[in-house]
Amino acid sequence: MKPGSLSAPPATPLQPSLYKIVVEKLNLAYSDGKESLRDVSLFVPANAISVFFGPAGGGKSSLLRTFNRLNDLTDVVHVSGHVWLDGVDILDPRLDIISLRRRVGMVFARPVALPMTIRQNLTYGLELAGQQYGARFEEAVENSLRAAALWEEVSDRLDDPASSLSGGQQQRLCLARVLALEPEVILLDEPTSGLDPISTEKVEASLQTLKTRYTIILVPHSIQQAARMADHAAFFLEGELIEYGPGRQLFVKPKDRRTEDYVQGRFG
Amino acid sequence: MRNWSRAAFVEFTATQLIRAAGYSAIVFVVAIFLFLIIQGGPAVIQVPTADLLGPRWYPVEGYYGIVPLLFGTLLVTLGAAVIAVPLGLATAVFIAEVAPRWARESLKPLVEVLAGLPSVLLGFLGITLLAPALYQRLGLSTGLTAFTGSLLLGWIAIPTIVSVAEDSLAAVPRTYREAALALGATRWQTIWRVTVPAARSGVLIAIMLGIGRALGETMAVMMVTGNAAVLPTGLGSLFRPVRTMTATIAAEMGEVANGSVHYHTLFLIGIVLFLISLAVNLAAASVVFRIRSRAERVLS
Amino acid sequence: MTTADLARRPNVIPTRRRRWVQRTGFLMLTAATVLTVAPIILIVGLILVRGLRAITPEFLITFPTDGLRAGGILPAIVGTLWLAIGTAVASVPIGIAAAIYLAEYAPDNRWTRSIRVAIINLAGIPSVVYGLFGLGLFVLFLRLGTSILAGSLTLAIMTLPVIISTTEESLRAVPNSFRVVSISLGGTHWQTVRRIVLPQALSGIMTGVILGLERAVGETAVILFTAAAVYLPTLPASPLAPTMALPYHLFVISTQVPGMPIGIQYGTAAVLLIFVLGLNLIATVIRSRARARRQW
Repeated sequence: MKPGSLSAPPATPLQPSLYKIVVEKLNLAYSDGKESLRDVSLFVPANAISVFFGPAGGGKSSLLRTFNRLNDLTDVVHVSGHVWLDGVDILDPRLDIISLRRRVGMVFARPVALPMTIRQNLTYGLELAGQQYGARFEEAVENSLRAAALWEEVSDRLDDPASSLSGGQQQRLCLARVLALEPEVILLDEPTSGLDPISTEKVEASLQTLKTRYTIILVPHSIQQAARMADHAAFFLEGELIEYGPGRQLFVKPKDRRTEDYVQGRFG
Repeated sequence: MRNWSRAAFVEFTATQLIRAAGYSAIVFVVAIFLFLIIQGGPAVIQVPTADLLGPRWYPVEGYYGIVPLLFGTLLVTLGAAVIAVPLGLATAVFIAEVAPRWARESLKPLVEVLAGLPSVLLGFLGITLLAPALYQRLGLSTGLTAFTGSLLLGWIAIPTIVSVAEDSLAAVPRTYREAALALGATRWQTIWRVTVPAARSGVLIAIMLGIGRALGETMAVMMVTGNAAVLPTGLGSLFRPVRTMTATIAAEMGEVANGSVHYHTLFLIGIVLFLISLAVNLAAASVVFRIRSRAERVLS
Repeated sequence: MTTADLARRPNVIPTRRRRWVQRTGFLMLTAATVLTVAPIILIVGLILVRGLRAITPEFLITFPTDGLRAGGILPAIVGTLWLAIGTAVASVPIGIAAAIYLAEYAPDNRWTRSIRVAIINLAGIPSVVYGLFGLGLFVLFLRLGTSILAGSLTLAIMTLPVIISTTEESLRAVPNSFRVVSISLGGTHWQTVRRIVLPQALSGIMTGVILGLERAVGETAVILFTAAAVYLPTLPASPLAPTMALPYHLFVISTQVPGMPIGIQYGTAAVLLIFVLGLNLIATVIRSRARARRQW
């Protein structure tokens, strides 16, 4: 299935090989009959920050959770369509979900520090993967903490309980925890919604640095964050994808009236 | 991944063992019932039903009337309920609604201690202190009576009632109480017109479980009720010896010949006990599934 | 004016009669509570006061003599310990596993509801009926004879509901966010349970196990037919041997032995009480320490 033959061509002609994730006619419904996603098709380019934004209930989080199959834990009853990650359909029931989740990491809205030390939080994913403790672990700990801009603050207390960190620090710890597994895609669902402005800035700065090595998909918690961060953006309204394209286009000169209304703050 | 098959094997085995353990509960209940039927069933064949329902329990001479035992159980249990239900509910209301925090922190552990006391300890004090005291004070022919048994059973059943009822009362949302108070009700009125009715199902369960606890008690009643298998005749029977079903089994099982009619009949009594407790528990369960239950924890 | 203000100014709203009713009512509730609780203190106090006198080192480590009328209660203490260990070994793994199934794996369907009903029923079966079952299945059918093994297995089934309930509650108390994070990092169901949920629920589980054992230790009716002997000249040599036990010993010496010195009876009762209270105390300590050290 080649991306170019989809019914909704990308807003800007990017090379097909640069698409990390391709969503094709995805439909998602929950057991209570509520439809979450209707006929969504889009492209997520690699090594960039893609932003999914829109009012609450638009289906952004559901789409995010589809990318790492976390939706399997919820009461989703109907899924149709395809989601291609590097050409492999991750909705295939025969897929190895465990390795998918290592390749596609997620940071949640509320920082969830596992009830262990900082170091153990970071090595937890590695231990799950069956790796044994060794020098590689120490490397992973330091590298991921540096990448999340947390190393300076915690390098001297790695064996303290993670719960002793502040909210902003914990969220960066969650980011580092995902990075320790060396994923390819990082999903972030309103990661800074509970954080103070300084922590928010630190997280956003980290993401800008990380995008050169990872594919980042972000659900922002404000339109301003969306505008700041988006290399590529997609606007969702009530389960439908209204418009997507380069960030600058959606926020400065959107093509759809509804996008413009939302961006201008006329509803939300 | 190198360890993929080993990890998958561990995952599979663990999941299967866990599932098996979950279903084991059903297996055990069914097994208990089956064994009781297998060993108790012959009694129904060997003893004519008319005899089983007769008024005399005297196996030595071939009388296998279960009715006096049934009545003994009911009498003692009823007496226990008369004591345990009011006291237990009142204590539960006190702990949940009236007591200051410091009192609550000491009362709840105390009630837990009572819940954990072996019934043989209470039976011991019963025959050592309580029965002689009753014998002297009440001028009875003996201190070992149904009344003595009810007294002991009452306090044995109270912790069950208190724990379950207190949990239910504490679970009533604060907003209910605050709304009533805001409308001008006193705390007393709030308790009886708002909180307790809101916790109605939990309180009901507490009472049922407490009665179930009293029904199933063996040692304490065996030690203090005098063990005379007679049909109660009017209120005076409360102050004369009786025998419960549980005490009968416990007292006589050691002396019966394996496979004899007596043996089978004792198992039959066990079936009756099992069915009664089944009825009580199913009734409680039907209410339990509608509320978040910690009741199972304190069934004792 | 808030609700609290309204409640704090009773002279504004309730009538004098209502206040009188309330005061009397509270008084009655207090009286009832005292009536409930006072006997507990009396019982414990009485047994300890009269029983501690008899508890000497010899009492604890020698055998009974003179037809149980003199000497010590060592075999009963040892027997109770063996039964406790046996019950724990048999009930804890199954109980915890069953609770894990209910809390982490079981779907919300009719089968799961049947399991829960079965557990409620197991919890409500009278102990003497357990004794009958143990007699029929373990002692006779499986030919284990009157033995520690038969007694422990029967006690174990009786203890299962308590362990399952408290364990399930402890598991459910662990925040769901931990599970979601673990799964999102590529963990399997069992890995998540084993590495995160179980360790966090451990103190709650231990409390439940200890409370369950507390009950098993005090049980008489069950071991009456399955394990207990009135007198044995030696300590049990194997799990297939019968044994003496504290609660049964107390029962025998207080009801079956003429001319039994009351001091030894109280002493035995005191030892049993200390056993049970000790377990209760351990459970309470574990529970409060866990609450303080919780990382969530």
